[in-house]
Amino acid sequence: MQTVANTSGVAMGEKPPGIEGSGFFATSLEKVVGMARKNSIWPLPFATSCCGIEFMATMGAHYDLARFGSERLSFSPRQADLLMVMGTIAKKMGPVLRQVYEQMAEPRWVLSVGACACSGGIFDTYSVLQGIDRIIPVDVYVPGCPPRPEQIIDGVMKIQTLVENESLRRRDSAEYKAMLNKYGIE
Amino acid sequence: MEVSSQEKVIATLQEKYGDEVLHVETPYNFLTVTLKKEKIVEIVRYFYDHQDLHYQYLTTLGGIHYPDLKQIAVFYQLHNLYTNQRIRLKIYLPEENPVTETITSVFAGANWMERETYDFYGVIFEGHPNLKRILNVEEMIMFPMRKEFPLEDQTRDDKNDSMFGR
Repeated sequence: MQTVANTSGVAMGEKPPGIEGSGFFATSLEKVVGMARKNSIWPLPFATSCCGIEFMATMGAHYDLARFGSERLSFSPRQADLLMVMGTIAKKMGPVLRQVYEQMAEPRWVLSVGACACSGGIFDTYSVLQGIDRIIPVDVYVPGCPPRPEQIIDGVMKIQTLVENESLRRRDSAEYKAMLNKYGIE
Repeated sequence: MEVSSQEKVIATLQEKYGDEVLHVETPYNFLTVTLKKEKIVEIVRYFYDHQDLHYQYLTTLGGIHYPDLKQIAVFYQLHNLYTNQRIRLKIYLPEENPVTETITSVFAGANWMERETYDFYGVIFEGHPNLKRILNVEEMIMFPMRKEFPLEDQTRDDKNDSMFGR
């Protein structure tokens, strides 16, 4: 892959492999869509506790998630691409989280940040959901209690890799539908 | 609270409800009176209306499970805001059938506290306007603060006891 440089010398993102000549560039649609999606992920922050504070640091000027094209948070699930679940999810919150996920339009991804969202963490108790993957499918897990902003960025970059390489037909496949059915969705 | 004023409160209570008092103690200088369960609402109202006592503020109300005694206690902490004196009233209910009368007729603020006590201990407050779970999910079938229910989530199958020294 080549890096396209503009006149100011700022790297603008990576060009997918393809055939290039004077005045044209040919590649597959899937790769172009993947590149576009990867660099404009709109995250929906579902921050319920201390991992949410780390997320705030991640969005701030020092760590700056905007560098990855994710500066535009979507507080409406209908416009969001990525659901970032950060913090303890109580069992009473479970149906709410599930509804938020169901309201998101395909394609959608889920990033589970922190020990609590991944497994319940230290809260092995009657009132806490023992991992959000019991109610919604999760794409990337970020461990830590709480994880540092670097780890959250690493998780987002792993999501970017998934987004970039996902087949355009994946969401229509029988496997994908079966996977959602396993969670009782649709 | 000073000892003499505590004694005054006890004397006032003994005078009218001497038969109801089972035990008086002052742990951490907090006057605590254990009462028979039958007349608790009447006594709370008596304290509320009494011209000297003014126990007109309900600080809190809750439950305690005593598995060895096979009993569930309900305690009421009242506050006299005139003289800044506090008192704790305690009643014991049988574990298998913890039923008592609601005090929402005296303190409207007891509504949510009684719901919480029902939610966690299964205490039935008769006459309560809306006795249903308040904090836990409504489908929950247990009363989690009772000792017979394990604290840990029983749906987890990935925990190896040897990792936790058990």
